[in-house]
Amino acid sequence: MNGLQIPLEHVLIIASFMFSFGLLGLMLRRNIIFMLMSLEVMLNAAALAFVAAGAKWAQADGQIIFLLILSVAAAEVAVGLGLVLQIQRRFKTLDMDTAKRMRG
Amino acid sequence: MMESLFYLASFIALVATVLALSRANATHALIYLIVSLLAVAVIFFLLGAPFAAALEVLIYAGAIMVLFIFVIMMLNLGDSGVAKERQWLSPRYWIVPGLLAAILFGEMLVALQHHSAALSGKMISPKAVALELFGPYVLAVEIASMLLLAGLVGAYHLGRRFLARTEMEEELQEELKEQEQQRAQP
Repeated sequence: MNGLQIPLEHVLIIASFMFSFGLLGLMLRRNIIFMLMSLEVMLNAAALAFVAAGAKWAQADGQIIFLLILSVAAAEVAVGLGLVLQIQRRFKTLDMDTAKRMRG
Repeated sequence: MMESLFYLASFIALVATVLALSRANATHALIYLIVSLLAVAVIFFLLGAPFAAALEVLIYAGAIMVLFIFVIMMLNLGDSGVAKERQWLSPRYWIVPGLLAAILFGEMLVALQHHSAALSGKMISPKAVALELFGPYVLAVEIASMLLLAGLVGAYHLGRRFLARTEMEEELQEELKEQEQQRAQP
């Protein structure tokens, strides 16, 4: 088994910090473009954790899950940016608080 | 040595992420986000995953960020005066991302020189990834392709309604104008 030279915990701590920053941004920002960016950061942090675990046990599985996360992120961004265009067109603003017809 | 490179890259990733998500201007935020993704790519490279690092730069920092920039351009958020653009070229806006990216570039050069001393004992080559991907994980590839197709159809649907409604609204406005003219005539 070819382990990492640095402890795996350090990589996981960095990934969890990035994930928390993304979650904070998602909860605090009201601009929908910044909310999409925060989602990207969160997906990226999860991918970092997977790749680090794959490197720890010298297996390719972590990179394969990274590929799947990449395709999920691409599909999510394509649909999300289409929704951004619709919201901008309908409400003339990017503030998500105006789009609360469902009382969420 | 490689450990310090890793900690430097992760520090840059965290700082760039915080700066990206705390900007007011979406374009400036995108620049910091690209720096953050490049830092994560350097981390991947140091962890012995060069294929993941290349994909991170190509797809995340390349394609997805270009999509964001296209949408920001279509929304036409900022003022597009020449004076404003001159102001954007002032060093205030690009010196910090430029510095962070320069540090990452230096790290990449150092890591390439000491290629054998990756942090992981074994570098996982793209060949190993491909053998796994189209061996046991072939069903996941199929599911990912269906997901991408669904994303394509969804994005096309939303964008098409966006275009179609503008034409409809133009026709509506023309009809309204004609009606007003007819009312004004008698």
